Amino acid sequence: MSRRALTAREAGLLSCHVCGQLARPPEGAAHSLRCPRCRAPMHLRKPASVSTTWALLIASIVMFLPANLLPVMTTTSLLGSQQDTIMSGVVFLWQSGSWPLAAVVFFASVMVPLLKIIALVYLTLSVQRRSTQNLLQRTRLYRLVEFVGRWSMLDIYVITMLVALVSFRGLATIEAGPGAIAFGAVVVLTMFAAMSFDPRLIWDPLAGRSADPHPAHHD
Amino acid sequence: MPAPAAHLKLPADLVACHECDLLQTEPALLPGQTARCVRCDAFLARNPPDSLDRTLALTLTALVLYVIANAWPLVGLDMQGRVVAVTLFEAVQVLWRDGMMPVAALVFGTAILFPLLELVMILLVLVPLRLGRVTPRMAPFFRLVRSLKPWGMVEVFLLGMLVSLVKLSHLATVILGTAFWATAALILALTFAGRAFDTRLLWQTPLPDEAEDLLVTSR
Repeated sequence: MSRRALTAREAGLLSCHVCGQLARPPEGAAHSLRCPRCRAPMHLRKPASVSTTWALLIASIVMFLPANLLPVMTTTSLLGSQQDTIMSGVVFLWQSGSWPLAAVVFFASVMVPLLKIIALVYLTLSVQRRSTQNLLQRTRLYRLVEFVGRWSMLDIYVITMLVALVSFRGLATIEAGPGAIAFGAVVVLTMFAAMSFDPRLIWDPLAGRSADPHPAHHD
Repeated sequence: MPAPAAHLKLPADLVACHECDLLQTEPALLPGQTARCVRCDAFLARNPPDSLDRTLALTLTALVLYVIANAWPLVGLDMQGRVVAVTLFEAVQVLWRDGMMPVAALVFGTAILFPLLELVMILLVLVPLRLGRVTPRMAPFFRLVRSLKPWGMVEVFLLGMLVSLVKLSHLATVILGTAFWATAALILALTFAGRAFDTRLLWQTPLPDEAEDLLVTSR
């Protein structure tokens, strides 16, 4: 941007994340501030944003392997017993001719969690390196991550309904497997990781280019 | 806990973008218009026509639909004359009994508890507002609405249910229950209620006196 833009932080202001009220912190008081209008806790930036995001990301990467390798359900029928992982569920849908649904499930259960982790790692690294490139694109990427993240819960609901409906004792039963717990953990952990990331950190290095009396602290 | 002082000299229409922290003036919005950040295109505010009445009507509709969606069976399965039909809560119970407590808790929270809490909290905020009784005491309810919102996943649940029905359609005859249609309608009501809700309505009350006492005039 050619024109120097002023942020709330540069103007010495805090903005309330609940009601949007701008406020000037009283001198000397930097901790446990509350919004004068709605009483929500006020922070200049989400506290310990980068380190919290890293911790949740690492936890979700750890859970990602069992989520995809362990069976999410076991089908027992007259024909015998069969174990399914997330991926084999997609393959089953594909082979039975439901291509649109196979694509939806593949996207929501396999691609979204993976791309979400990669995107958040990239965003957090670029913020730590104080990159000033692709600011708008990175903000859009963050928005996308926040928006699509919830759709990964799809397979959890599929498993729930299958387990609940297919309970014909003697004919066919479906039971949930340990992979479902790991998969649920990945979804919840990546959602928390996206929430703990503060997109304003993407734009903060711009302020550092001028004479900034208060250099940014990211952790 | 000290409150940061609101700065009276700040123009009332000055806002900071929640995603890039840029200070800007929020334009006066005609009914139906949306304001976006000039730098990062983030959503700033919307001026939906008749916001209060429409949000209230749609939220009450959603509450009725929610009750139907949870009290009646969602779907049934007819397998060689044996019929199984489940409500959402029964599905969660089956998971719990199978030893999948974390998954059962996740489904209970995201598909049953959080959507209900969100509806109730919105009503707790909007009904007093409609009756002209505005108190700062409703702020914590609104804060709860905001933090619950990402965790209510009724629309993801409906898609998951559809996927599970496609998977079962070759095994048994699928019967769509009353609650299935109520859930579909509930998603519409929730979406339109969210679009009709102008959160700025909540913050038009003057600041409490004690906040003005803490004013820091200038630097």
